[in-house]
Amino acid sequence: MIDSLVDITLLTLLVIHAFAIVYLRNLFAIIMLFGSFSFLSAGLFVVMDAVDVAFTEAAVGAGISTVLMLGTLALTYRRDEEKQEKQPAHKPWLPLFVVSITGAMLIYGTSDIPDFGDPQAPSQLHVGPYYLEKSLPETGVPNVVTAVLASYRGFDTLGEVTVIFTAGIAVMLLIGGRRRSTRDDAKAGDDHET
Amino acid sequence: MDLIIGHYNYWLVIIIMMAGFYTVISQGNLVKKIAGLNIFQVSVFMLYISIGNVKGGAAPIIESDISVYSNPLPHVLILTAIVVGVATTALGLALVVRIKEAYGSIEEDEIHEQDHSL
Amino acid sequence: MKHNLILRVVSKFLIPLIFLFALYVQFHGDFGPGGGFQAGVIFSAGLILYALVFGVKTAKQIIPPFILRCLASLGVLIYAGTGVAGLLLGGNYLEYGVLGSTQVAGQHLGILIIELGVGITVMSVMLIIFFAFAERGQPE
Repeated sequence: MIDSLVDITLLTLLVIHAFAIVYLRNLFAIIMLFGSFSFLSAGLFVVMDAVDVAFTEAAVGAGISTVLMLGTLALTYRRDEEKQEKQPAHKPWLPLFVVSITGAMLIYGTSDIPDFGDPQAPSQLHVGPYYLEKSLPETGVPNVVTAVLASYRGFDTLGEVTVIFTAGIAVMLLIGGRRRSTRDDAKAGDDHET
Repeated sequence: MDLIIGHYNYWLVIIIMMAGFYTVISQGNLVKKIAGLNIFQVSVFMLYISIGNVKGGAAPIIESDISVYSNPLPHVLILTAIVVGVATTALGLALVVRIKEAYGSIEEDEIHEQDHSL
Repeated sequence: MKHNLILRVVSKFLIPLIFLFALYVQFHGDFGPGGGFQAGVIFSAGLILYALVFGVKTAKQIIPPFILRCLASLGVLIYAGTGVAGLLLGGNYLEYGVLGSTQVAGQHLGILIIELGVGITVMSVMLIIFFAFAERGQPE
């Protein structure tokens, strides 16, 4: 009972956050709300018994993503400039229509999914119990998620580490140097030279 | 009524998903689009974890006195997805910085004006 | 920010604790929540805090960028190398059972080693990305 109450409260707060991020135009406020959104979603993951996922989401979403967005804001707006989004030039009717149609189809599609928390749902019956029973005898590691991640599905984790490494290299290639930061500086430099 | 009690979790997650989707397709500022994309990703993760939840279960760490655990497989998939998501976000933000240096603005309309691409 | 006394003192107290916690999460990933990714991100968060309070130049003196690049590649090499070690000892690629005296001991050892590789790579890549964002457009 308390579980579902906490669940509903966290989800409602998350919905409010999402709508505020859509509606607001001050970029700094949007980034702060995004950090808070990540943190609350980590809390939601804990309530749903996914502790490893909550750990990673809190560290990565509320930590690294927010810091990188603030860094982007510092690099793309000058110090004294107003960090606002521009006034929208188009009316939002077509995107709203597309979004409502997609949302309605998804809600209609989820009516066939088994109830939330059902222990007899098909997703809990085939591979899950195998991992839960066999991971401690076969690998000696009590944390089933680590055992599955590192041993049973080790190839996926190898691909993931390669993806992280590639992203690091790509960011280094894109903005690793100390080039001039804006076109205005470049134009001023050209004027000086001519 | 039973339908609502059994499915409210999925419906709220779909509302968050649609809010993120709307931000990506209709807002003009590039940093806001990336924030919307992240909201969309997190809501997809919540959908997967909700599917793997078991009522009355515990976290999937084997202890001798617990008998019902939540399904560990969605946790593993979502762990990989979160890390790939942060790699994508970092790369997207680096591209935003380079776009700003090349075009002088990160509003989509101004970029299209300069490029005559639309 | 290094002129702010409170920030300096508190971060000097907190940063070693953050590193200790990251190491704890890395090596106790078998027995509780945690593992390579979380530990790498927490370790890099400690160094990012140091860079924010004391300046990016000082942080770059602690970990020069070329060491970060070597560490990032080293992590992936450790992971792939464990797989090749399994091949050389007679099993399949990434089969940990042949690495130890028994099947279970080998699996445990293999999981520990690859989590270490993952942690090292994630830590270095997060720092590489942060230093790239922090130093763009700064005069030489």
